[in-house]
Amino acid sequence: MEVDDDALPGELVEHDCGVVLEVHRGPNGSITLKPFEGVEEDWGE
Amino acid sequence: MLYDVARLEEKMLAAELRGRAELELVHLPSQPLRLGEPPGGGVDAALVRAISLYRAVSSAAVAESWGAAVVNPPVPLMAAGDKLLTQALLERRGIPTPRALVAYTPEAAVEAAGELGYPVVFKPTVGSWGRLAALAGDGEAVRSIAEHREALGGPYKVHYLQEYVRKPGRDLRVICVGGRAVAAAYRVSPGGWLTNAARGARSIPARLDGEAEELAVGACEAVGVEVAGVDLVEDPERGYLVLEVNGVPEFKSLTSATGVNVAASIAEHVVWRARV
Repeated sequence: MEVDDDALPGELVEHDCGVVLEVHRGPNGSITLKPFEGVEEDWGE
Repeated sequence: MLYDVARLEEKMLAAELRGRAELELVHLPSQPLRLGEPPGGGVDAALVRAISLYRAVSSAAVAESWGAAVVNPPVPLMAAGDKLLTQALLERRGIPTPRALVAYTPEAAVEAAGELGYPVVFKPTVGSWGRLAALAGDGEAVRSIAEHREALGGPYKVHYLQEYVRKPGRDLRVICVGGRAVAAAYRVSPGGWLTNAARGARSIPARLDGEAEELAVGACEAVGVEVAGVDLVEDPERGYLVLEVNGVPEFKSLTSATGVNVAASIAEHVVWRARV
């Protein structure tokens, strides 16, 4: 998967089949992707 | 900047803040916040951008414990996040809003709806992007919705009913920053009764008139927010009515429609708050 170099922690990346992953960064700036937890009832503006 | 999901808005804000000050990004799901102990040894101002209302309010409270200027502060954020609290503060200040009633049982909700007339808007007090907002056509529908909400429990047991405003298929989103309106756009519904951008509404630039500007700024003052997206509807007889005040506003569509750099205005305000 391609993730932009300037991706912020918490940025969402869409993968195949509608899977949404969240960008996390390690202490050395390395990027890992974790499944996004989804939208809760109190989410939104 | 305190945030949970880095949307385009947060990326734009991060870029604008970096250009003006030293920026610490705090991704709330990744790390604990320490009360009284600011990250990086000191924070002059904190911009709260969590999408989750409760994350926004709680992280704003922690940021206040750091001695930082917080945009927006926790109590106004809570007031803006709860539609009933918002409307109560607007009413108190004499700002025009749609007529609304609150009921605590399905039977009382049916009575309230009958008083408002059909169709009637049935909203959760906390909730966003139009989720769980219903347009009820008769008493049976109101009773059914109320009974379902009672089963959901918690805040859903507060039945908040509002008159249906026969708006011209659009509402007006005004972005206010630091006591002035910086941009406005109509949100045109794709066909349904909801005009949320998240429901497919299209943003088109709006020329802000004095009345709308005054109401939007007054609504922010009533709720106590410094940065907000204020939603107004046009009633054919009464003119503008204030629907909502959003304390963590989205502005991606509005920026793209109007060309106004909302992120820059917010960043300037946050940097100013850090200095005063």
